[in-house]
Amino acid sequence: MALSLDKYLRMSKLPHIWCPGCGHGIVTQAIVRAIDELGLDTDKTVVVSGIGCSARAPGYLHFDTLHTTHGRAIAFATGIKMAKPELNVIIITGDGDAAAIGGNHLIHAARRNLDLTVICFDNNIYGMTSGQYSPLTPQGSYATTSPYGMLEKPFDLCNLVMGAGGTFAARSTTYHARQLTNVIKEAISHKGFAFVDALSQCPTYFGRRNKLRTPLDMMNWFKDRSVPLRAWSKMSPEEQEGKFPVGVLTKTQAPELTEVYAQLVEKLQQRGED
Amino acid sequence: MGQALPWEITVDSKWCKKCGLCVEFCPRQVLEMKDVPHVKDPARCTGCLMCEMHCPDFAITVKRREEND
Amino acid sequence: MTKKRARLLQGNEAVVEGAIAAGLTFFAGYPITPSTEIAELCAAKLPAIGGKFIQMEDEIASMAAVCGASLAGMKAMTATSGPGFSLKQENLGFAVKGELPCVVVNVQRVGPSTGMPTSASQGDVMQARWGSHGDHEMVALSPSSVQEAFTLAVESFNIAEEYRTPVILLMDEMIGHLREKVVLPEKEELVIRNREKPNMTPEQYKPFAMDHGEIAGVPPLAAYGDGFKFHVTGLTHGEDGFPTNNPAIAEKQLKRLNEKISSNKKALTRVEKFYMDDAEVVVFAYGGTARSARKAVKDARAQGIKAGMLRAITIWPFAEDALLEVKRNSPKAVIVPEMNLGQLVLPVKRVIGDSAPVIPINKIAGQLVEPEEILLAIKEAM
Repeated sequence: MALSLDKYLRMSKLPHIWCPGCGHGIVTQAIVRAIDELGLDTDKTVVVSGIGCSARAPGYLHFDTLHTTHGRAIAFATGIKMAKPELNVIIITGDGDAAAIGGNHLIHAARRNLDLTVICFDNNIYGMTSGQYSPLTPQGSYATTSPYGMLEKPFDLCNLVMGAGGTFAARSTTYHARQLTNVIKEAISHKGFAFVDALSQCPTYFGRRNKLRTPLDMMNWFKDRSVPLRAWSKMSPEEQEGKFPVGVLTKTQAPELTEVYAQLVEKLQQRGED
Repeated sequence: MGQALPWEITVDSKWCKKCGLCVEFCPRQVLEMKDVPHVKDPARCTGCLMCEMHCPDFAITVKRREEND
Repeated sequence: MTKKRARLLQGNEAVVEGAIAAGLTFFAGYPITPSTEIAELCAAKLPAIGGKFIQMEDEIASMAAVCGASLAGMKAMTATSGPGFSLKQENLGFAVKGELPCVVVNVQRVGPSTGMPTSASQGDVMQARWGSHGDHEMVALSPSSVQEAFTLAVESFNIAEEYRTPVILLMDEMIGHLREKVVLPEKEELVIRNREKPNMTPEQYKPFAMDHGEIAGVPPLAAYGDGFKFHVTGLTHGEDGFPTNNPAIAEKQLKRLNEKISSNKKALTRVEKFYMDDAEVVVFAYGGTARSARKAVKDARAQGIKAGMLRAITIWPFAEDALLEVKRNSPKAVIVPEMNLGQLVLPVKRVIGDSAPVIPINKIAGQLVEPEEILLAIKEAM
């Protein structure tokens, strides 16, 4: 079904500032479509971002929106969610935002199992500052600060979230726009902390420097390296080299923080009445 | 006026940044790239939304005709 | 008459009592000496009254969570000390720019860096004013007693809510850890202010309007979840909250942001005048140091010396008007005792000029300024 754009977008703020062929618009659309298909109350949905290209998305979205400081979106969102657990709180973050400067907030939010949905617009580069390497830049790739090729090993953010006790982690790409929408829907519906690694192309600062000349080249690069989880689990480590699993990678149930907190409040208040 | 086709494809030329992904992702070659994407062969559209969902600019929509009014 | 609510409290405890009396519903913090008791007490008390407490992963996150909770409509507070106060500065600036009411308690300890964690200091006075980057105004209050820690906690929330701004409750370790008798007022005796809410439709609402609001330059603040669907950003923004690079709009907004505080200096800046009517030597003091100054002035008076104390209760905006009055009375000297290397000496000199010598007395290694030292300075000035 076609999206009713004017219900979800601040029409007067578009066209957006992203470059031609940038994947961020595709991920943003997937979020909007997920919200639409889930029928979320737009008055009760808050979208929070940090700094960077991805962080501009909330400005285009017709909800309560908050564009915070670099890396801190999850921490701001923690305050909102604790204050008003009835709100759906969706965080849009970049890979530099979430994995470098904001890495501490990401693992602690996962550990707490606070009911937040984090969508990482993962283009494995700092786009807003014109192309420095991030903790997600593949080894050997070129960036303005890795002119001889990236020396360091990148994070696997889903594994990081799972290692921190996260109860939901998924990955998809802009090539797989329908799957991406579906995993975002599942992430939002999940009661507890949910993380989606959404691979998004930066043709301007990553593609051009890494022989992926067009947006389509980059999306095909995602397609060629992605493996559905079921097939992934049957692959040897050698076969897995250079590839990544897509889909919902983990989904478990655990007590959610605002619910546990509400139980504590109830218990203390009953004790007060006794 | 010809017979009404089931799908109506609209391209917003003010929002479109001309990346061409809609043309590339259409499995039935409905679109071609001119200055902005142009609906070349609307009869072949199956409403799969591949163009709409891969548009980074919210610039292309595919609606079933009944949805319009 | 008020014996019913008389209690022996520590300064840090009084802050929590005052904050809760003012309507505190959200606290996010991180352990740091000498402010930790504030977090501990909030952890114990807030859940029982339906409020929210969370210990965040770091100081930065605590300030961020406070901003988020404020936008969700809560009265929010965090507490810290020097190193943590440094870490909070970026998001404190966000609270300034986003115009988010909140209270940041800084129980000052000796710095720089880790310094002397358990020793009293007034070394963050200038950081409170200019710690975050860019042109901005700041409101900072500094209590001199446990009783005042309570009343200024209430006052901090009132100012934060009324002016849509963060307020710094600038304590020092001496007051934070001091235990003395306080009389907690009854709820009815307190004036509690709440932020102005928009009385317009979401379509008409401009969260950064130039000309809405009961106080000039302070637009009403909606809460997330109330259907206003508004945008808040740290980028320079127009009345609607969306980023702008238009210099005319940017300048107007930045001026409003500063002037909502600076043009209300008279209402915001409070001082105490102690034996000031005929004072020939004036001691300008604040916070814990004012306790020694008070004793020195009393002792001087007992010896027939006309000394007085001008005590800054509000540190920022600075007590210019009260100092101008001092200047007009041509005192023999203005003595400025501080537990730092003289951070407020230059601001005092800026007002007093050459009309009287400004004499600093400084302690920087955790020792208090003793009443005898101030008394000696008073006598020398005479």
